[in-house]
Amino acid sequence: MTASIRSLAADLRQGKTSAVELTQEYLQRIAQFDDQLNSYITLAPDRALTQAQAADERIANGDASLLCGIPIAHKDLFCTRNLATTCASKMLANFVSPYNATVVERIDASGAVTLGKTNLDEFAMGSSNENSFFGVVKNPWDLNCVPGGSSGGSAAAVAAELCVAATGTDTGGSIRQPAAFCGITGLKPTYGRVSRLGMVAYASSLDQGGVMAKSADDCAILLEAMAGFDPKDSTSSDHATTHYSEQLNESIAGLRIGIPRQYFNEQLDPKMTALLQTALVELEKLGAQLIDIDLQQTALAIPAYYIIAPAEASTNLSRYDGVRYGYRCENPTDLQDLYVRSRSEAFGEEVQRRILVGTYSLSSGYYDAYYGQAQRARRLIAEDFAKAFSQVDIIASPTTPGPAFGLDSKTQDPVAMYLEDIYTLAVNLAGLPGLSMPAGFYDHRPVGLQLIGNHFDEATLLRTAHQFQQTTDWHIRRPSLISGGKA
Amino acid sequence: MSVTTSQLSEVATLARLQLEAEQAEPVTNAINQILSLVDQLHALDLHAIAPMAHPRDEIQRLRADVVTETNQREPFQAVAPAAEDGLYVVPPVIE
Repeated sequence: MTASIRSLAADLRQGKTSAVELTQEYLQRIAQFDDQLNSYITLAPDRALTQAQAADERIANGDASLLCGIPIAHKDLFCTRNLATTCASKMLANFVSPYNATVVERIDASGAVTLGKTNLDEFAMGSSNENSFFGVVKNPWDLNCVPGGSSGGSAAAVAAELCVAATGTDTGGSIRQPAAFCGITGLKPTYGRVSRLGMVAYASSLDQGGVMAKSADDCAILLEAMAGFDPKDSTSSDHATTHYSEQLNESIAGLRIGIPRQYFNEQLDPKMTALLQTALVELEKLGAQLIDIDLQQTALAIPAYYIIAPAEASTNLSRYDGVRYGYRCENPTDLQDLYVRSRSEAFGEEVQRRILVGTYSLSSGYYDAYYGQAQRARRLIAEDFAKAFSQVDIIASPTTPGPAFGLDSKTQDPVAMYLEDIYTLAVNLAGLPGLSMPAGFYDHRPVGLQLIGNHFDEATLLRTAHQFQQTTDWHIRRPSLISGGKA
Repeated sequence: MSVTTSQLSEVATLARLQLEAEQAEPVTNAINQILSLVDQLHALDLHAIAPMAHPRDEIQRLRADVVTETNQREPFQAVAPAAEDGLYVVPPVIE
């Protein structure tokens, strides 16, 4: 099973399979393999089969998009009506949203089949998927390693063929880093490209929903269904969308790719450097031009991010009060006790840590020194990218400092964990689109090459990745552990 | 900059979180590690730079000041831990 959306759509139209059969096949694979991975929190077999029946009717009537009848999964941070939305937190373990996220509405409207909701780091806070109330997710390439995070469940499920494609969210690398660790393609669109309505908030000025799939082609098809203006999200952009999946075959000859000196430096593992250089040579063979550039403010991204994200998280998560929805402690003595115990009993360690850092940095007397200063640094980072995009069309960099790391190897050291996002954070601070594509193997573990585009230029990222994927097979390889195929 | 355990305990009160005695020290240490990571920002003179709140420097769209939402009280209260007669139930605030 290494089926693409286009090949499955063709099979569905030619009657080689039906959406119901395809859905049953994926549910069967999940039943068989997900005990090893824990990539799903909630499965929705009845709902999926009902959607599949409707998809089969649409296909029979000739009224179907490419996604119609394709089994997908949603990161369990997107609200789904009549289906639990837990955010991998004890706080929302029994929460069923009264409404659908816009992303869910749009994907439902395309006729895709939702198999279930995938695991993540609690409220998307983490880089390893080890901060989940529903247990850690394992990397299908090596069960002793993390799948990355926070969209670790979506990445592992796609890599192990437990869904064809999945949604993810990315606040500082949460789509791209797990995509790299699991050997799949993941795209975080421009801030404002995909509606945030019904996507549970972590850091509102950084959060963006996106797509995770085996290939750039699959990502483009899914993005097309999700992207676009939403009047219900005040940060949604009315910048016109484009048919991403129809521009993939254009050549990248003459494309100027910036190679930032500050990303490919002596701090990068030499083996990573060698692997990524090979991938860059491949892009050069396709006609792209590699140009050395400087992103002078790179070092500011980590400090700026780890002030801004927790500050916004502490305000967003103040809504969990044990009153309106979510967990409530037993026998509260008074209202304060109700708030404090409900929150302390239901939020995990990392979430509490970020709330504390955020509350501290926003508190009286510290606001300007921390939050204000971080927002000024943010402008320098954004200007750095703007300058780079006057010289080049896209930027290429490592997605991560190395391949997937061992389970439990960084859980006691939050700073070591934060440094995992060193190459991805700046993209969120500047609101740019970023893509990670499989670019080789470090021993037996996949690594990713990150492509960064200018605002709203997702099409160029997808096209570059697609062209790369026409001459390489990294994205086609599947973990032998799960599929029995060749690694 | 770094925080002391007693400062952190005040921060926890503001955040409506309880810092258990045995957690106080390890949590303070972890937070100080994080603060030292961000300390390099303090060395910079950025006074001339305007803070950037929106990643594309845009101003959020405004809409006409008219009611667009319909009443959703029932579905919203259906997910509340305790609701009665259209009201959320909490422990008494005034005896």
